[in-house]
Amino acid sequence: MRTLLIPVLCAVVIVALLPLIAGYIVLVERKVMAHMQARLGPMRVGPHGLLQPIADALKLMLKEDVIPTNADRLIFWFAPVASVAAALVAYSAMPIGPAFQIADLNVGLLFIVAVSSLGIYGVVLGGWASNSHYSLLGAMRSAAQLVSYEVAAGLALVSVLLLAGSLSMKEIVQAQLDQGVWFVFYVPFGFFIYLVASIAETNRAPFDLPEADSEIVAGYMTEYSGFRWALYFLAEYANVIVVAGVATTLFFGGWLRPLTRYHDHFPGTHVELLDVVPAFAMIALALYCFRLAPRQPLRVQKRVMAAAGVKCVLFAGILFAALFGSDAVREGVHGAFWFLAKVGAYIYCFMWFRFTFPRYRFDQLMRLSWQFLIPLGLVNVIGVAVAIVLRERWDWNPFFSLVPTTIVTLGFAAWLTADKLELSGTDEDIAAESAAVLPGSGE
Amino acid sequence: MMLAKLLFYFFALLAVGSAVLMVTRRNIVHAAVFLVTTLLATAGIFLQLEAEFLFVVQLLVYAGGIMVLFVFVIMLVNLDIEMRAVRFNKQWTVAGALAFVLAMQVLTALWVGRKTFHLPAAPAALAERNTETVADALFSHFVLAFEVASILLLVAMIGAVVMGKRRAE
Repeated sequence: MRTLLIPVLCAVVIVALLPLIAGYIVLVERKVMAHMQARLGPMRVGPHGLLQPIADALKLMLKEDVIPTNADRLIFWFAPVASVAAALVAYSAMPIGPAFQIADLNVGLLFIVAVSSLGIYGVVLGGWASNSHYSLLGAMRSAAQLVSYEVAAGLALVSVLLLAGSLSMKEIVQAQLDQGVWFVFYVPFGFFIYLVASIAETNRAPFDLPEADSEIVAGYMTEYSGFRWALYFLAEYANVIVVAGVATTLFFGGWLRPLTRYHDHFPGTHVELLDVVPAFAMIALALYCFRLAPRQPLRVQKRVMAAAGVKCVLFAGILFAALFGSDAVREGVHGAFWFLAKVGAYIYCFMWFRFTFPRYRFDQLMRLSWQFLIPLGLVNVIGVAVAIVLRERWDWNPFFSLVPTTIVTLGFAAWLTADKLELSGTDEDIAAESAAVLPGSGE
Repeated sequence: MMLAKLLFYFFALLAVGSAVLMVTRRNIVHAAVFLVTTLLATAGIFLQLEAEFLFVVQLLVYAGGIMVLFVFVIMLVNLDIEMRAVRFNKQWTVAGALAFVLAMQVLTALWVGRKTFHLPAAPAALAERNTETVADALFSHFVLAFEVASILLLVAMIGAVVMGKRRAE
C-alpha cells in the first residue's frame, strides 16, 4: 500500500491543481494579448483581473448545458470527458522535478505521446455527435492535422532519443546532466520541428484551423456550451502544458538548473551561489505586488494584491528553506521550480506566436508538414545518427560532429523551401486540395 | 495479488464486452468507439503482463493511429442510409453452427491444456529493460522477418504516394 500512496497523492494534486492552472494560463493569455494589442484586458474582477478565472469557471458551471435535438446524446456527453481524460493521463509519466513523478515508466516518452494522441477522439467524436456541418468540418480538420503532425513530431523526438539512449523521461534528463548540455544545443532542428508540430497538435494559432472562427464558427466546439465546453477548453490547455513539459524535458534539461556544472558555494556553507536565484526572483515578485497593492482603487482589490504578495513571500520561503534541507528535498523543490519556469516560458512562446502569425490555410498546413517538416526531420535523424557513430567509434567531440549535421539539415531546408515548398500554390491546386475541408465547396 | 486479479478481470470483461457490443451495434460510429475500447482494454492487459513496450505500441499504433483513420473515413459515410439498410442475406443457421463448432474447439483445447495454465513469472530483468529486450529480439533473432515487414510497408507507402500523385497530373 505504501508504494501506492505517493503516486496517488501526486495524481490527486495534479488533477486538483490543473483546472486552476489552466484558468490562470487563460488569464495570462488574455492579458498578454491585450498588452500586445495596446489594450488593458480583464481589469474588473480582482486587481488586474486576478480573480477572473474563478468568475469564468463559476459562470461556465452555472450555464445551461444545451444538447442539440438531433445530436447523438451518448457520444455528445462522452466526447469532452474523453478529451480531458486523455490529457490528464499523460501527466502520469511527466517528471515535475526529480521527486514529483507519478510513475517513471521505462517507455515514458512513448506513453505520453500515445496517450495525448488519444485526445483526438474527444474532438472527432464530439464534432460528429453534434450533428452540425461546422462541427463535423472542424473534427475532420483536426483529425487530418493531428495525423500529419504526429509524424513530424515523432521524427523530432527520435533525434533526441538517439542522443539520450532511453525512453524514460528521467533518464533523458539524466543524460543531459551527464553530457553536460541541453539537447536543444545539439539538435536545434529537432527542436524547431517539434516546436512547430506541437503548436499544430494542440490546435493553436497559427494552426487553429479546427476551430477557425472566421470560417467554421468554433469548429468541433460549435454546439457545446457550459461545462462541457469548459472541459474542451481544459483539455486544450492541459495538452499545451503536456507538449511544453515534453519539450522542456527533452530539449531544455527538464528540472536541471541553467549552468548545472557551476558549483561555487557561499563561503562556510554548502549552499550553491546560483541556487538562491529562484528565492530572490520570488521576493522581487512579492515586492512588485506590495508596491502595486496601495495603488488599487478598491479596498478589496488592495487586499487581493497584498495576498498575492504574501503568497510569493511564502514560495520564496519554501525555496530558501529547501536549500538547507537534505539533497533530495533541495533537488525536489528547486527541480520543480525550474521545470515549471521552463514550461511557463515555452507556453509564453506559444502565446507570442498566436498573436504574431496569421492563420494558415488548410493546404498550406498540410504542405508544411508533409513536404517540409517530415523530410527535414528524416534528414536530421540520419545526421544525428551519423554524428553519434562518429562520436562513439572515433571519439569525435559531439559538438564538432553535430555541427555538420545542423549545417546539412539547414542546407536541405533551404533547398526544400526554394524548390518544393510553394506555400502560395496555384488556384487550381488550392481548389483541389481544399475541396474536402472547406465549407460550401464540392457539395 | 488480489488487486492484480481484479484488474485483470476488469480489463478482460471490458475487452470482451465491448467486442460484443462492437459487433452488434448498427451505428457504425458507436461500433468504432467500442472497438477503440476493446483495443484499450487489451493494452491494459499488456501493461499488467509487464510488457510496457507492447502496451504503448498498442496505444500508439492501433488506438491512436489506425483507429483515428477508421473514424476519419467513417465520418465521410452517410450513416442514415447504412442505419436503415436491411440485410437481405441472413445466414443465422450457418453462422450459428460454425460458431458452435469453434466454441467447442476452444473449450476442448482449454480442457486438454488445463494443466499448463500456471505460467512461470516473467524474469524481473524483462520488465526493467523491456524496450531493449524487444529491440534485441527484433534485430537479432527476427531480423529477416523485421526487414521483410519493413519492405512491405515501404512498398505500401510508395504505392500510396503514387496513387495520390496520379490525381494531380
